[in-house]
Amino acid sequence: MPDILTESEARALCDRILSRTTADGAEVRLLSGLEGNTRFAANQLTTAGEVVDAEATLTARFGQRSASVSFNSLSDAGIDAAVRKAESLARLSPEDPEQMPLLGPQQYLAPGAFFDGTEGLGPERRADAVAEAVAQPRQADLVATGFVERVARSTAVANAAGLFAYSRSSLASFTTTVRTPDGGGSGWAGGTHNDWSRVAAPAELVQRAADKAERSVDPTVAQPGPYTVVLEPTAVGNLLQLLSSGLDARSNDEGRGAFARPGGGNQIGERVMDERVTVFSDPEDPDLLERPFTDDGLPVGRTTWIEGGVLANLAYDRYWADRQGRNPLPRAGGLKFAGQSGSVEDLIEGVDFGLLVTRFWYIRGVDPRTLKYTGLTRDGTFLIENGRVTVAVKNLRFNESIVTMLNNVEAVGEAVRVVASESGGLGPAVVAPPLVVRDFRFTSVSDAV
Amino acid sequence: MSVTRREFVKHTSLAAAALAASSRSELFASPPETTLLQDISAKELCMVALNAAIGEGVEYADVRITSVRNQVVSTREDRVAGLVDDETIGIGVRVLVGGTWGFHASRHLTREEAARLARAAVSQARANQRAALDRVRLAPVDPYPNGEWQTPIEEDPFAVPVEEKIDLLLTANAEALRVRGARFVSSSLAFVRLRTTFASTDGSVIDQSLYRTWPSMNVTAVAPDSSDFQSRASAEVAPMGLGYEHVRRANLFGRASEWAEEAVQKLSARAVEPGQWDLVLDPSHLFLTIHESIGHPTELDRAVGYEANYAGTSFLAPPEEVIGQFRYGPEIMNIQADRTQHGALATVGWDDEGVPADSWPLVRDGIFVDYQTTRDQVHWIAPLTRMSRSHGCSYAQSWDRIQFQRMPNVSLLPGMDDYALEDLIAATDRGILIKGRGSYSIDQQRYNFQFGGQVFYEIRGGQIAGMLKDVAYQGRTPEFWNSLDMLGGPGSYELGGTFYDGKGQPAQVNAVSHGCPPARFKQVTVINTARAE
Repeated sequence: MPDILTESEARALCDRILSRTTADGAEVRLLSGLEGNTRFAANQLTTAGEVVDAEATLTARFGQRSASVSFNSLSDAGIDAAVRKAESLARLSPEDPEQMPLLGPQQYLAPGAFFDGTEGLGPERRADAVAEAVAQPRQADLVATGFVERVARSTAVANAAGLFAYSRSSLASFTTTVRTPDGGGSGWAGGTHNDWSRVAAPAELVQRAADKAERSVDPTVAQPGPYTVVLEPTAVGNLLQLLSSGLDARSNDEGRGAFARPGGGNQIGERVMDERVTVFSDPEDPDLLERPFTDDGLPVGRTTWIEGGVLANLAYDRYWADRQGRNPLPRAGGLKFAGQSGSVEDLIEGVDFGLLVTRFWYIRGVDPRTLKYTGLTRDGTFLIENGRVTVAVKNLRFNESIVTMLNNVEAVGEAVRVVASESGGLGPAVVAPPLVVRDFRFTSVSDAV
Repeated sequence: MSVTRREFVKHTSLAAAALAASSRSELFASPPETTLLQDISAKELCMVALNAAIGEGVEYADVRITSVRNQVVSTREDRVAGLVDDETIGIGVRVLVGGTWGFHASRHLTREEAARLARAAVSQARANQRAALDRVRLAPVDPYPNGEWQTPIEEDPFAVPVEEKIDLLLTANAEALRVRGARFVSSSLAFVRLRTTFASTDGSVIDQSLYRTWPSMNVTAVAPDSSDFQSRASAEVAPMGLGYEHVRRANLFGRASEWAEEAVQKLSARAVEPGQWDLVLDPSHLFLTIHESIGHPTELDRAVGYEANYAGTSFLAPPEEVIGQFRYGPEIMNIQADRTQHGALATVGWDDEGVPADSWPLVRDGIFVDYQTTRDQVHWIAPLTRMSRSHGCSYAQSWDRIQFQRMPNVSLLPGMDDYALEDLIAATDRGILIKGRGSYSIDQQRYNFQFGGQVFYEIRGGQIAGMLKDVAYQGRTPEFWNSLDMLGGPGSYELGGTFYDGKGQPAQVNAVSHGCPPARFKQVTVINTARAE
């Protein structure tokens, strides 16, 4: 069996698994592929890894009862052991009145998300990328750490009603944190894409981070309070991905979400944010290139969530869609905040007094009713005066609602794909522009660099 | 006669180490079960990989064949909410070539694949050299050619039928809901089993089976007019490195109504007045503060900058300025790291590079004395600590990840006097008692933190004077620990722990326990979270 199953190989294995269960209904999801990573710290490569794996998740159904087990022993013996487990657990599960019938065959988009160049980003080429990355910090008496990671994989979903979906994808990311030797300054930069050749060169990312590290030493204190902020695309992405959790129709219809209408129902059709905010998902968008189906085989297409500040859609799972007499609408396909024009530097020029934020970290929920979160700035936080960055400031803790923030937009720049995940690894696709936001609330100062 | 500190450490740590030693000499009762391998044993497969690596000219190589099984049974009110039972198995080969690491892993458990992985790991290590600077140097380790260890469980949690687990949870839920005002309850049982065959070119072949068990419950009370809701989790029941006997002794059924009543009481708790308060912290709460403000900053790789790109750095740096010098807390503060405490989550026979389980001080009489280390880190600080051996902190979450330095159990030792929680309360004129874990947030250097809890009680004139709510305390790690002024005695020491300690790129999870007595801290900044921005 090859590392990345082809469509016919995946279909054959799914069929074999489905044929060995005696449940009323069954679904299989099959992941296979390569994952590789290389770390560096203290200006040198430290550890690396390369993994070959394939994992199946079998869901067995008896009437309205079901249970799932995941396993990676894909011999007949391994499959049979998993089938026995799944069937016995399914029989012990309660009837789920919200369980929907298996979907029949579907049609899917074909995003072209697999790039040979990314698959080929193996240990040798990753080591080259690290060597390139650390060359300049070594000369400049700075200390670079970072991480380069890539996956190349296929996903298949099949069920006993004849549905079969298959897609291949690749994904790579490079992130780096550069610090001064005494730890007084720190800067970060990163990039990600399905196509490694579209990620900025490691040396360029390290240069950006090094520049911030040098400029962030000897910070002054910005007192907590509301500020006009220029948020770099990564910082916007850190928060934008949290918006996703609020875009669920059911919680809003039940009065539990940020887009619930007082008195009942949801706010679809209402203006909920600044008119310059347009956010959509699209598996075929060349900046997103996400999987065109969900875990149960529902097709994923282009969906606009916010259009010119108006709430255009909310996600409906199959059960809730059926209840509300609508078509299901999955929350998938990446997230893109359509940008306008202008770089971070252009946006800074338009700010009299404010703060520039590179990224946010340790973000935790405070209030789901307003999508209010808390977290800290990190790795490059600066004061803006009369359209120019003047001095570094100490990091700050924020407490702010994503909805409020997107109502307080003053300017929108050009959107780029960002590394939105705090751990700097691979994650769902997020594309965000830099923003100028007024009255962004910082609540305390942090000593940490 | 009160137990001395040394005797306490000896009793909990070395006794467990002695038990592990006896299992190493194969006096242990039941050997680990066979893995899912067909027509080749794990040991033989390891040898194929090691021989292939040696053939390529490695300085060192190790192999892990690991299976990880996760089972979770969760319920809410009177029904099953979820059943999970996943398993993964594979082989990971790590090599050291010319002072540089290489690692390859695969789910294919065949001779051909084992040999391929070894060759690929060597090729990778050679490629990695182009960006390396320092050579990895491994501290010595003894060979253990017939190592065997299993978590000393009394009852295999995977042998207990799922129906029995469901029944246990549902009857406990019903007990909670008999309390007036208790509206919702969820409960679950989570079990993990890691089985590893480890072999190295140092001559070790070690079989280990680790078990983890976590029973938990959370009760939610709703005010009669639906204006408020409060929850009370089973904070005193920690996840443990034990078997199903932990579930039985946790007695969710017997304690459910007590937790439900406290959830109801929280509805009418008084809002706390922010300001400076003395805090009495129960072990069910304090363990997490220890984890965040002592466990993490004492990770050596973090202190020298290896985690800067994700988890952060440490204020406890550089080593040469803090070892033997930094005052972490008062003289009564002693922090012990170990992988030997009975029932603790990071307890093993050997770590993931064949180093036997150890127990060592991190803070002695208030002064920081040592870090957590792996074989390749020892030489970074050996002149400062005089340690020539690894403390055995190497761990990987599964076969598909390289092993690296992870937190061992990190514990605050009890005081010399035989104080109980009641004595700390009686000695406090104005304070807040905190039980259980709540919100937690700390900066990337482990300086500034804010912690909440599960239940809060006001202490007035040495007595409990009712419940408080919306309490969180803020502090800066060194100042906070230096405000410690009273400790419970050996009889009040308890283990808390977590299944989800995260670190590394790619991120890996680790399970770890923290033992402590109740402890008092003077004049800590307390905020009211409902009023804070």
